Amino acid sequence: MNGIHALIVDDSSVMRKIVERSLRQAGIELTQVLEAGNGAEALCVLKENRVELILCDINMPVMDGLEFIKQLSSVENAKGVPVVMITTEGSEAHVVQALSCGARGYIRKPFTPDQVKEHVVPILGGKS
Amino acid sequence: MRSSVNEALAANGQHEAWTPLLELAAREVFELMLGCQLVPSTTPEEASLDVTSMVGLAGKLCGVLSLRCDGKSAALMASKMLGVEAEKVGPEISDALGEVCNMIAGNFKNKISGLSEGCMLSVPTVITGTDYSLHSQADSPGLEVRLLFEGMPIAISLQIRR
Repeated sequence: MNGIHALIVDDSSVMRKIVERSLRQAGIELTQVLEAGNGAEALCVLKENRVELILCDINMPVMDGLEFIKQLSSVENAKGVPVVMITTEGSEAHVVQALSCGARGYIRKPFTPDQVKEHVVPILGGKS
Repeated sequence: MRSSVNEALAANGQHEAWTPLLELAAREVFELMLGCQLVPSTTPEEASLDVTSMVGLAGKLCGVLSLRCDGKSAALMASKMLGVEAEKVGPEISDALGEVCNMIAGNFKNKISGLSEGCMLSVPTVITGTDYSLHSQADSPGLEVRLLFEGMPIAISLQIRR
């Protein structure tokens, strides 16, 4: 089965690497991993590229993760692409807000590859 | 293990009960994200902890959470997070240490009832060197946990303003 194209959005390059590694450790085959340091950069990346999965932090400079999800529908390439939030913000209010903005999953840092698998694999619907 | 921010505030700022939560928050971050166990530091360490990462807290709880270690520990943390040899990490060290501090702060506040909703975290700041003085608006005795990371001392502190 072909791997997926993913976009990882986090202002920490170290955390982007950890998320990518966790996806691979979770058994998700990745054909291409694109990166962005904030929501605005991510929107630019998506205008030029198609992905099947987006993993996104919430607290980022320039444009945070919640605003990014709200603007996602304005990018033709990104319509219907599932977004999973990965963040230190763990309150119910943040979870509800993220889900109501359109996120399909929510993972709290620190996390394990098993938690990534639990939240990401079901929403890929067999693509991985 | 959970505590309540209101209980601590009602106790006139007696936050000492949060020390085990601070330690647990740090242990979980190192175990899950770096794949290693922190162990208690049984003797006072005189080593120079010359790399400091700080995250500010604002809202129901105001203060600064800091993580201090030496340069070798900081490089090893980055190496474990990136999955590369310690000798091969460079500018990522500050990024890694900031993220560790950020995750400890987030994990800590999520363990205190009422705090995860009403307390915001700043972006991390990392300082290298010891020739600086730090003045914070904290007005109550701070919490500090000293642990060993791969045999090397680290200190995690929380300065609180009531």
